[in-house]
Amino acid sequence: MYMIESGNVAAATGVQLARTQVIAAYPITPQTPLTEKLSEFVESGVLDAQYIPVESEHSAMAVCIAASTAGARAFTATSANGLLYMHEQLHWAVGARLPLVMCVANRGVGAPWTVWNDQQDSMSQRDVGWIQLYANDHQQIIDTTIKAFRLAQTVSIPVMVCYDGYLLSHTYMPFDKPDQEKVDAFLPPFTPRHFLDPEDPGNFNTVTLPDIRPGVDGTIEPGYMEIRHNLHQELREAIEVYQEIDREYQEQFGRGGTPLVEEYRCDDADYVAVCIGSLSYQFRDVIDLMREKGAKVGVMGIQMYRPFPDQAIVAALADRKGVIVFEKALSYGNQGPLYGDIKSALYSCEKKPALSNYILGLGGREIKTSQLIDALTEACAGQAAEDAPRWIGLKL
Amino acid sequence: MDNKATILNLTEEEFVHPGNRACSGCGLSIVYRIGLKALGKNTVLVVPPSCLTVMQGLYPVASTKIPCVNVTFASTGAAASGVRGAMKALKKDGVNVVAWAGDGGTGDIGIQALSGACERGEDIIYICYDNEAYMNTGIQRSGTTPQGVLTTTTPIRGKLQEKKDIPAIIAAHGIGYVATASAAFPLDLYEKVKKATTLSGPRYIHVHTPCPPGWNFATRYTIKVGKLAVETGLFDLYEIEDGRLTLTGPSKRLLGKKRKPVKEYFDVQGRFKSLDPELVETLQGRIDAKWENYNDQQQQ
Amino acid sequence: MAPKEFCKMLSRSKPGPGDGGKTGSWRVLRPVIDLEKCIPAKKNKKACFTCWLYCPDSVVSKTVPPSINLEYCKGCGICAEECPAGAIEMVDESSFIVEDK
Repeated sequence: MYMIESGNVAAATGVQLARTQVIAAYPITPQTPLTEKLSEFVESGVLDAQYIPVESEHSAMAVCIAASTAGARAFTATSANGLLYMHEQLHWAVGARLPLVMCVANRGVGAPWTVWNDQQDSMSQRDVGWIQLYANDHQQIIDTTIKAFRLAQTVSIPVMVCYDGYLLSHTYMPFDKPDQEKVDAFLPPFTPRHFLDPEDPGNFNTVTLPDIRPGVDGTIEPGYMEIRHNLHQELREAIEVYQEIDREYQEQFGRGGTPLVEEYRCDDADYVAVCIGSLSYQFRDVIDLMREKGAKVGVMGIQMYRPFPDQAIVAALADRKGVIVFEKALSYGNQGPLYGDIKSALYSCEKKPALSNYILGLGGREIKTSQLIDALTEACAGQAAEDAPRWIGLKL
Repeated sequence: MDNKATILNLTEEEFVHPGNRACSGCGLSIVYRIGLKALGKNTVLVVPPSCLTVMQGLYPVASTKIPCVNVTFASTGAAASGVRGAMKALKKDGVNVVAWAGDGGTGDIGIQALSGACERGEDIIYICYDNEAYMNTGIQRSGTTPQGVLTTTTPIRGKLQEKKDIPAIIAAHGIGYVATASAAFPLDLYEKVKKATTLSGPRYIHVHTPCPPGWNFATRYTIKVGKLAVETGLFDLYEIEDGRLTLTGPSKRLLGKKRKPVKEYFDVQGRFKSLDPELVETLQGRIDAKWENYNDQQQQ
Repeated sequence: MAPKEFCKMLSRSKPGPGDGGKTGSWRVLRPVIDLEKCIPAKKNKKACFTCWLYCPDSVVSKTVPPSINLEYCKGCGICAEECPAGAIEMVDESSFIVEDK
């Protein structure tokens, strides 16, 4: 069924179709309309879920962690400082191996206060161990949300579904709402092997020693480091798992096929712009305009940022003359986080593309097509091949 | 309750294994052991970092026979809400969802999540064992450390501020059941926890919990010290229901009676050794005023 | 091919005794019950059990007469302090070592 709705409602609809059982809700711009929509779904009976209007984001994630440990499918959403306030809990959720899904409507972080879009919030959480997926339009928001639940419960690792605040969260676009029966077939109920069960009392997330230790029955159980190693290994395996899930989704719903990276006119491109989120779609106009003038350029959007799909990225970028990374986030005092990751992935390539890094759109600063053309043209001319990021649209 | 709890009729079933890591003479061990007897098997625990985390065991061995989720320090009330939410969503009835935290985890870092849970009317039991400092990290002052107490962060003059009244703060949320209890009066504690299991909505029980190393007294005196706190009228055992405070058991019996001077309680613990006589007098004055109020209310 | 089972490593402990080892080794003083004074022993029926009630480590049995699990008893002495009949004495562990020899 086609709908014309906001990105937040697309996300809420995905959460509803996933038959989420416990929702923790706390308002923060620009995620709030998603939370509001879910309250409407629950109150009207469209969704049979417990809606817990908590008093903070830290508590929102606490509710999700505990509900999931008790065996329920749980969801929350946030943005910016709300996500940062959850930081400790994000680590906890992934260490506890809980299949949570959380939407993040990307927004810049304070201080100073900004409510507008950039991606500093989720980028600053890249090392916690959550899977990070980015949606580029409304259709991807709803599809990715549904796939995220399946991925999370397959690998027992929580998934963040990120989309640009305002640019996607508050704009209206048409998208197809999948049929409930088909979603039910795609996403089986959550039936964890272990949960809080008086018949089989386990103590979850206990203090774990530096070394291995025998259990009650004499079996040697892992230490903290083995548990963390296992998490990392399985996070890496999640790249393949997500590709399989996406293939299945494509068979069932006819959409997908680019779960890790999404390329546009890259086939013969000498220079590829790389970015995350809706910017990669905005860039398509830039590519079309530059192609008209004969420039062999393309754009690649990163759909899965953590685990980092380095093989797919190397395969897509290794033979290019130049790779230009455009980012709405910064690892302060260094360079763009995606730029650093791409540079590191390409290090082992024999023929290394020239690399450039641009920072743009922080705190919602408008990104003009002309600016992108200028930057990409400059980079194609080899004038930006340097580690220090260049800033687009600064008015100093 | 039909039958009053007595030592003889109290269940022999234990939910805590011996050989755990609690200190010798630990007040919490008594509170936990008795509390779990009252809660019974059909219980899920939510525990933030505290002495209880260590007492419950290090992976892969648990000293508790009750399912438990360990959660972050500030999140106990919210996590308990999440467990209950899941139970409702999964249509699992008849399970006690019980948060069990220390005084710092309740009244300091955990008060926001607890307040939220109380305001929302979550169907949970929250038990705070108050050993009046951050004991698990090595006896640092907390909001509930009493005035004058020596801790490792109030090492010379003792704590300058008064003890935060957590049960009163929780009662101000207007929840259905707030009670205080003491490790030294296990049967009173048992009955309160048992009663809590028969009620619904947020239920809060604040348990005064002597700590031999933290309070600096010999391990054999855990009960004696706990009893003195009640018998001197310093820590009162009560229930608050429908906004009405009722003294219970040993505290009720003090109404209209002469109480032991609080100095007796201070003198048996090393943590009070820097109290000057003037402050002792002030503290005694506060207790007297509080009891004058209790006695007046009793007469009305 | 069966799908791979993820998350085989999880810090989820199972209940059992002795997480802290044989905590009886912590003991400096050993509780010794004088059955001549112990109320349930004297009455030869279930009675008193104050030691059982207050024991923080549930190492006192609710039996006639009560017995103490020395494998895990930490030797706090609460039972001795609270026994209404003064039937429990805390005896220096070193004297038992001499005895054993």
